[in-house]
Amino acid sequence: MNIQEVHSILLQKFGEAAVGAAFVEATDPWIVVDAGSIVDVGTFLRDDERLRFDHLNDLCGCDYFEPDEKKAPKFGHDPHVEVVYQLSSMELKHRLKLKVIVARWKNDEQGQLPEVPSVSSVWGIANWHEREAYDLVGIFFQDHPNLRRILCPEDWQGHALRKDYDFPLEYHGVRGR
Amino acid sequence: MSMQIEDPRVVEFDVQTDEMLVNMGPQHPSTHGVLRLLLRTDGEIVHECTPHIGYLHRCAEKIGENLATPQWVPYTDRMDYLAAMNMNLGFSLAVEKLVGMEVNEKAMHLRVFIAELGRIASHLVAMGTYGLDLGTFSPFLYAFREREIILDFFEEACGARLTCSYLTVGGATHDLPEEMEIPDGLAALLQIPKGQRAHFFEVVEMFLSWLEKRIKEYHALLTTNAIFIKRTAGIGILSRETAISFGCTGPVLRGSGVDYDLRRKEDGEAIYTRMYEGYDFEVPVAPFADAPREAVLGDNWCRFYVRMMEVVQSIRLVRQAIPKYQKAEGTHREVFKFNTKLPKDEVYLETECPRGQMGFYIVGNGNAEPLRARAKSSCFCNLSVTDQLCEGVPLADVPSVVGSLDVVMGEIDR
Repeated sequence: MNIQEVHSILLQKFGEAAVGAAFVEATDPWIVVDAGSIVDVGTFLRDDERLRFDHLNDLCGCDYFEPDEKKAPKFGHDPHVEVVYQLSSMELKHRLKLKVIVARWKNDEQGQLPEVPSVSSVWGIANWHEREAYDLVGIFFQDHPNLRRILCPEDWQGHALRKDYDFPLEYHGVRGR
Repeated sequence: MSMQIEDPRVVEFDVQTDEMLVNMGPQHPSTHGVLRLLLRTDGEIVHECTPHIGYLHRCAEKIGENLATPQWVPYTDRMDYLAAMNMNLGFSLAVEKLVGMEVNEKAMHLRVFIAELGRIASHLVAMGTYGLDLGTFSPFLYAFREREIILDFFEEACGARLTCSYLTVGGATHDLPEEMEIPDGLAALLQIPKGQRAHFFEVVEMFLSWLEKRIKEYHALLTTNAIFIKRTAGIGILSRETAISFGCTGPVLRGSGVDYDLRRKEDGEAIYTRMYEGYDFEVPVAPFADAPREAVLGDNWCRFYVRMMEVVQSIRLVRQAIPKYQKAEGTHREVFKFNTKLPKDEVYLETECPRGQMGFYIVGNGNAEPLRARAKSSCFCNLSVTDQLCEGVPLADVPSVVGSLDVVMGEIDR
């Protein structure tokens, strides 16, 4: 099933408020989904007979931001954070990419992590992938059963894959850069 | 008056003792690197198993955002260092997909040849170290004896043995050599004088036909060994549903009876399956007709056996790749300059690595350096089911479960 068909099924089911545009001209096309509806959309994609997206290949965060003011005009994206869901169906052998786009900081307040509902109730592996996205990109997943850092130590400051991340000078007496 | 106990295990399991937290790792030999398992045990029985990872974290993804794509290839080596060639291949293909580049036929067959040799080498370690986990030392020595010879081939091709960085964007850094000195290890095994030179592919064929005969011995040593079966069969059962929901891939998924392999045309993406077009191979999937009575679908034994059967298929693939490579025309490497600007586009590509589906997600933004270089690790997903698998098993079986998942921490922590 191609992306346009999936998109029209989703639009029919959830309406334009929940399901955004489909970017079909990209090499790997994607559909933008509103943050509030991602759990419902995910459950539907997993359970619907025609779709059966039972496998979450990957979930990752991506920070779109250019910290260098000189380069910022050429950057070409508004600053935002994306959560990218790579889905596939083991049974029907098709693939799909979803994106949830949120502001870099909640209420534009530096340090307030943006919030996205957790899909760990839909796909089991999302639990760990979301912990990693929280740890490295700094996205807070609502209703996550166990949202804590997974790769960095629990007392680590900041989120390393943010573009404006400041490398620490030292950690427990160990010199950084 | 004497009392008869029908099943002595029942009594043992009924005993309620204090709960205890046991730390296993990160320096425990059977945790395959620096994995720390926090076990909540009741006597001998594990009730909860929480893996703590990140001891090998280098934030390779952040480094990837600051390097041109071919410069990141050596970092992919250090993810799954036991199958570096396959990691190189996955990342190179992802970049090629992003820039819309197609490697020619010669490079494709070279890649199949190298990737399948890499798979054999990786599965040999999986087999050997699994034996170590279960307390038998000899399979490990045999496995490394064989693996060393494959590494000799890699050394001859690119100069490195472990972190090869051989397959790169556009093909491979060097062409395969014409001839090589027969590795001392192989010469000793075949009982021929040391130091002779022969055609490269002849030496490979000598090795393959020798390895083929040894597989029967591995089965005698481990697969059909009564103790091995006792330690693996019926333990750590992973259901089909859990495997899919928790994103398990590779031998772990196929051990649970899901017939899915990205190398096949219907499962994988065109840029990857194109390489395997015209190759004849099978995908081993549990359950197996020749499994012992005790084996259950999705248990440790099935996962192990899938790997063993994959070695046989990889030997077939390497054999088929040799004449195809020799007949193919073109160059082993298309030019891909370091300062090539990546288009404003993004791709995600998964390839079938020995440990499962390794994915690379690359976002280009008009610079040579990607905006985001993400490596989705297969072991990361495979490891996430340890809690389910370890629930209710005796403490002594935890290494058996973790070993059957065949994790490499370098890939999980990245």
